[in-house]
Amino acid sequence: MRRAELVMAVIMAIVSISLMWKSAELPIGWIPREGPGGGAFPFWLSAGMLVCCIWIIVRWFRGYFDSYGDTLYMDKETVRVFLTGAVSLTVTIGAIYLVGVYGAIPMLLIFYMKFIGRHTWPLTIALAVAFPVVTFFFFEIALTITLPKGLTEPLFYPLYDIFL
Amino acid sequence: MEVLALLFDGFIVALEPLNFILIVVGVTVGLFIGAMPGLGSVNGVAILLPMTFLVPPTSAVIFLGAIYYGAMYGGAISSIMLGIPGASTAVATTFDGRPMARSGLADQALIAAATASFVGGTISVILFTMFAPPLAEVALRFGAPEEFALMLLAFATFIGLSGDDIPKTFFSILIGLVLSAVGLDIVSGEPRLIFFDIPGFFHGVNFLVLAIGIYGIGEILWTLETNKGEVEVSTLELTLKKFISGFFRLKNAISTMLMGSFLGFFVGILPAAGATPGSLMAYGVAKTMDKNPESFGKGNVKGVAAPEAANNSASTGSMLPMLTLGIPGSPTTAILLGGMVIWGLEPGPRLFTDQTEFVWGLIASLYAANLLALVINLAFIPVFIWVLRVPFTILAPVIFILCIVGGYAPTQDMHDVWLMLLFGVVGYLMRKLDYPMAPAVLAIVLGPLAETSLRQSLIIGKGSPQIFIDRPIAAAIMACAIILFILPLVKLISAKRKKSSSN
Repeated sequence: MRRAELVMAVIMAIVSISLMWKSAELPIGWIPREGPGGGAFPFWLSAGMLVCCIWIIVRWFRGYFDSYGDTLYMDKETVRVFLTGAVSLTVTIGAIYLVGVYGAIPMLLIFYMKFIGRHTWPLTIALAVAFPVVTFFFFEIALTITLPKGLTEPLFYPLYDIFL
Repeated sequence: MEVLALLFDGFIVALEPLNFILIVVGVTVGLFIGAMPGLGSVNGVAILLPMTFLVPPTSAVIFLGAIYYGAMYGGAISSIMLGIPGASTAVATTFDGRPMARSGLADQALIAAATASFVGGTISVILFTMFAPPLAEVALRFGAPEEFALMLLAFATFIGLSGDDIPKTFFSILIGLVLSAVGLDIVSGEPRLIFFDIPGFFHGVNFLVLAIGIYGIGEILWTLETNKGEVEVSTLELTLKKFISGFFRLKNAISTMLMGSFLGFFVGILPAAGATPGSLMAYGVAKTMDKNPESFGKGNVKGVAAPEAANNSASTGSMLPMLTLGIPGSPTTAILLGGMVIWGLEPGPRLFTDQTEFVWGLIASLYAANLLALVINLAFIPVFIWVLRVPFTILAPVIFILCIVGGYAPTQDMHDVWLMLLFGVVGYLMRKLDYPMAPAVLAIVLGPLAETSLRQSLIIGKGSPQIFIDRPIAAAIMACAIILFILPLVKLISAKRKKSSSN
């Protein structure tokens, strides 16, 4: 936990510096009779972020976080739960490019319900079918927001003909 | 009298068939969301906001307002039946709600929670109706310097009053503001903070991307971690006889409910405070005022009534600055405010003069939502208890999917979905180290408004910040903000002095 505090503060300090550097592409100074330049707002705010990170780092070295002792930032079980969530989401979002939203949604549902939750197949399949159908009617028909479909696009042409 | 006429017109709007259906659906959805352990109004409103693009803005905000109310009622269900707060706003309800359920008084606790919520909701919405119009009238005289000063005050409350770690709170506010600056510079129109020339950054970082990332993905990761173990649902037997006697037994708790309602409303107005500290404070006051304070924590019904009245009241209180000043009083209202911008409504005092139908329709809908939440809550208690048994292996993927499609819908850009995932994961990792997340969400919503009002003020003042001192109202608000900013520093110094003198 103690080490995580330092690592996070250092990473965020680097983020702050890169934000400052990026903001400086626009004028960051004071333009007479007008006020701050276009980059000033984000530049000085990022500078403030950097100061906060330095503040945390200085406190770290002065022993502010010693009370954490040896408590773990994440135990093995937490790492497992976190990675399952984060990786499955990353894979799902990545899969949208290939199999579209309507392919990726059932994948995520089946993965969580069947392989982690050990629910029955009928329940899993029911949700894996119902969810994309409801999503289609809500987003594509009611809201007319087209969700990405990847390679599955041609499969939807008949549906477009019927509903749109 | 004019207020009553406006309120009457508001009821006509709120009771239109579409709006009325949305109130019923919103309250029910809110009750479900509130009842699920870990999820509260802010999660529901953030995840479901993109779904409201289907209906006109007034109906959309009425729906989200109903979710807000329903979730406040629902939070108590899991606090009492599981001992796990349905949302942070219902933490104080567990203190006595759980012991009551353990000793077979779950029915009594649930009835007390629902009734107290109703009392809190009713009193607060009456206070709201009384205070909002005059406050909006005063605020109409505000110009850009006063608006900026108010936003600074909103951020200052997080530093001075929230009790979170100071540098981490500052960091959270600043990163939210920087993210709001991504896109095009509002004055010169030049591209700003376009990382790696990715085109997705040109349209800026939509506040919903951060809100859904943190309150959808981040929250579920957090909930999955905290609910690893098995949970035990208390048993409940509810008969009509028990139900009626439950109401009568609440006689003693009336004064506690009233205290919670008033306290909650005024605490709710402050951006950094809101329903969670409001309910904790109400619990504390109820305990101190009681003749028998030792009974608290062991199953005193007043320990359920006080926080539940306060958290509902605070949720209405937090809408007061949102509607009259354009400053949200809670993370949920911050998201509602951001939604108003998407729907093309300009937040601020002009709403009361330019959008009377919207404002009064919303206020009237709160009266209706409050009553419906009580009825639906009590009538369907067994259904909501069933929700507590829905395993996270179903809930988690469903919410993840709602986040993905909800993150995509506003801009229809996959770039935003990736960004949302990044915010969700980083937000979760930072939350584990006690970085507060609410200030960042508030900041990304207020950021563009704050920058505009700052730069407008400086242009009016011909580039001189003197303008914030020359205008008396702006100066007074600025002074309050500065006091709140330095308050923790003063506390720190006095604590050190005490320590050194005691040594």
